[in-house]
Amino acid sequence: MFGKLTLEAIPYHEPIIMVVAVFMAIGGAALLGALTYYRKWGWLWNEWFTSVDHKKLGIMYFVVALVMLLRGFADAIMMRTQLAMAAGGAAGYLPPEHYDQIFTAHGVIMIFFVAMPMVIGLMNLVVPLQIGARDVAFPFLNNLSFWLCAVSAILVNISLVVGEFDKTGWLAYAALSGIEFSPGVGVDYWIWALQISGIGTTLTGINFFVTILKMRTKGMTLFRMPIFTWTSLCANVLIIASFPILTATIALLTLDRYFGMHFFTNDFGGNMMMYVNLIWAWGHPEVYILILPAFGVFSEVIATFARKRLFGYKTMVWATVAITLLSFIVWLHHFFTMGAGANVNAFFGIMTMIIAIPTGVKVFNWLFTIFRGSLELTSPVLWTLGFIITFTLGGMTGVMLALPAANFVLHNSLFGIAHFHNVIIGGVVFGMMAGLTYWFPKAFGFTLSEKWGKRSFWCWFIGFYVAFMPLYELSFFGAVRRMQSYANPEWQPWMILAWVGAVIIMMGIACTIIQFWVSIRDRKLNADLTGDPWDGRTLEWSTSSPAPFYNFARSPEVGDIDSFWSQKQRSNEQLDDAPYTNIHMPRNTVAGPVISFVALILGFAMVWHIWWLAAFGALGVVVSFIARVFNEDIDYYVPAAEVARIEREHEKRKTSAPSSAASDREQTNYVEARA
Amino acid sequence: MATDTLHHGATPEPHEHHDTTGTKLFGFWVYLMSDLVIFGSLFATYAVLMKGTAAGPTAADIFELPFVLVETFLLLFSSFTFGMGVLAMNAERLGQVKAWLGITFLLGAAFVGMEVYEFQHLIHQGYGPDQSAFLSSFFTLVGTHGLHVTVGLVWILVMLVQLSTKGITPMTRPRILCLSLFWHFLDIVWICVFSFVYLMGVL
Repeated sequence: MFGKLTLEAIPYHEPIIMVVAVFMAIGGAALLGALTYYRKWGWLWNEWFTSVDHKKLGIMYFVVALVMLLRGFADAIMMRTQLAMAAGGAAGYLPPEHYDQIFTAHGVIMIFFVAMPMVIGLMNLVVPLQIGARDVAFPFLNNLSFWLCAVSAILVNISLVVGEFDKTGWLAYAALSGIEFSPGVGVDYWIWALQISGIGTTLTGINFFVTILKMRTKGMTLFRMPIFTWTSLCANVLIIASFPILTATIALLTLDRYFGMHFFTNDFGGNMMMYVNLIWAWGHPEVYILILPAFGVFSEVIATFARKRLFGYKTMVWATVAITLLSFIVWLHHFFTMGAGANVNAFFGIMTMIIAIPTGVKVFNWLFTIFRGSLELTSPVLWTLGFIITFTLGGMTGVMLALPAANFVLHNSLFGIAHFHNVIIGGVVFGMMAGLTYWFPKAFGFTLSEKWGKRSFWCWFIGFYVAFMPLYELSFFGAVRRMQSYANPEWQPWMILAWVGAVIIMMGIACTIIQFWVSIRDRKLNADLTGDPWDGRTLEWSTSSPAPFYNFARSPEVGDIDSFWSQKQRSNEQLDDAPYTNIHMPRNTVAGPVISFVALILGFAMVWHIWWLAAFGALGVVVSFIARVFNEDIDYYVPAAEVARIEREHEKRKTSAPSSAASDREQTNYVEARA
Repeated sequence: MATDTLHHGATPEPHEHHDTTGTKLFGFWVYLMSDLVIFGSLFATYAVLMKGTAAGPTAADIFELPFVLVETFLLLFSSFTFGMGVLAMNAERLGQVKAWLGITFLLGAAFVGMEVYEFQHLIHQGYGPDQSAFLSSFFTLVGTHGLHVTVGLVWILVMLVQLSTKGITPMTRPRILCLSLFWHFLDIVWICVFSFVYLMGVL
């Protein structure tokens, strides 16, 4: 009846998990209770869960990402604590099979359920506004993509208390992840969580690719697009071309595990090296899916706060395109030691080093934008400067790893761990924090506390170096990754130092939470009444904050790069007073959450081999999708009078703003003249 | 697109639909390209594993070309009939559209039926997908194509219902066009399957 699922699947004997489970239950119950007490269920369902508004979906992606960040970070601090203790024969407090689950969960959660939702959330929030569109090309699919991601995150969290999670490392290398060596349900949780969220990501990629190519406002040619939109476009190309490989690879592993097939097994002609190739043919483009939009954020931030047009716009675009293409021909550098031969290794080593060239172009573009600009040291700028330093360092250790000869020594050591945290924390995390701070007012109508933002930055910046420099050091003494304890007691001081670094990063996360708290408390003081709190350059700042659900009352027209900026310079120009027209908008959808929920049931049933429930889930997905296809009531018009009313209110708020936009403009004109 | 309608002076009728056909078709093309990457991965897998027969049967031992040739012609002919259906739609002839889609459905169903028979026959002989890496990759590649055709069949049924209840409308028209792209796409993939898997396997 319940397949492999019995009461024994719940790990009562693991005190750590049980304590976490109790906290999760209390927190969840408090949340549900509060929602019921304040009668917010209807609001949540109608205004948020079923919403097709890209801005609300972007916010929901961030909520998922920040919650999962806490989970992923809890895993990190547990690992660091274990390694600070388990020296010279000591066992530490985590048994190996639990430690294995934790490092796997940490990697999976941080990449798939923190970094990806942040990047995609930021694209959702910003891209349609930057191109002057009212929504994405396929609003229903956008909602569906979000929910597929959210239910996959739920599936990962279910594995904490029902059964176990994967113990194979975040990419579940075969043959270890095959049924012979991993007979438990851990790999199955990994499979279904990634399969469901991966399909959602592919849909997002298609959606935003079409949105950017088809829905740009009048006059916005490709080479007038803001850089964040450009980097998002390239990231979406990478999603479209690489995520199907992940889908296929996971499907093959599924067939091996569920039907006894022999793609990646040791016997019957299977080839486990093919798994490693396939997973990295997706996996390497994936890291560029994460970092390219972060590059875009830094470009926007640095141009805005240096009060200067971005240096080398065109080279920035071409560098992005070059990285996009190169990212597909470097995957083998993840496994030089597998034995593909000297010539193959040499080719992939050289291709990998070549990526440093376009990346270097970008670094110089950012530096030259600052040069002779009038840089304002706001917290997004701090994140950007911290990124430039840290990412350059991480890039250089990457070039070291790209040398096949050096790689044979460094492979599987802590050097690799230090390197990719160097680029992912220094690149993606810093970028997302900068983007979050920069576009927060556009989403909510008030700015975040600068004081706590800067504190968060310094904690992350210092914490990163304290936590990861010791790992570079340890790798030279032969410390390998994924070890639960170590014999050499001389490593322990470095491990304790790394633990201190993790604690400093934890303080950074705490600062961000306090930042939200303080900023929400003082939201009246920090209100962004003009819609343009930073004296921005691109279209998203031309509409009110928070942006109205239709984004733009009149579709804007674009004449050059940084069109909004030059429009502000010509401020005496006659204002557009053409009458408002009716605006066409998509309706909310219940299909997204419903399809995703039955997909969650399908995934859970497949994990536990509950076949009747899986059949119900699969049928549910098909039936609910077809039901959606028969729904004709999917859009409506906002009457012109309603648009006029909303816009009048915005104008009223704008004129009541204490520091008017005009005085800001004078000041910046002065700066431009000086430059 | 939303902006187009604005410039052409939108009417306040709540149920007037936009002409988003171009965006939908473009989006569907992009989807097909991503689906092509899935097939590409499976073809690559087949190429790597086709020699991994584990002392079991090889391609030459189990493929029956005349049988597969009939399958191939069923699918090729169904692409032709679908094309006729789209021409009929362009001429606004609802009855003919439905008739051609019906014929396409029957041809597609016959194709899937023959494939199921082939699979069942192989498994019955002891050549199931769990017998060797070659058989795993063969069943998966051909089966994935078959699954796509089955999805296409369900889609045809949905469109027959919608054509009967709604007729040729701005809602059903782009869907027929997308389905047509999907169907021809599967035809092209099948030609690759036929050439690389069956023909090269027997040669």
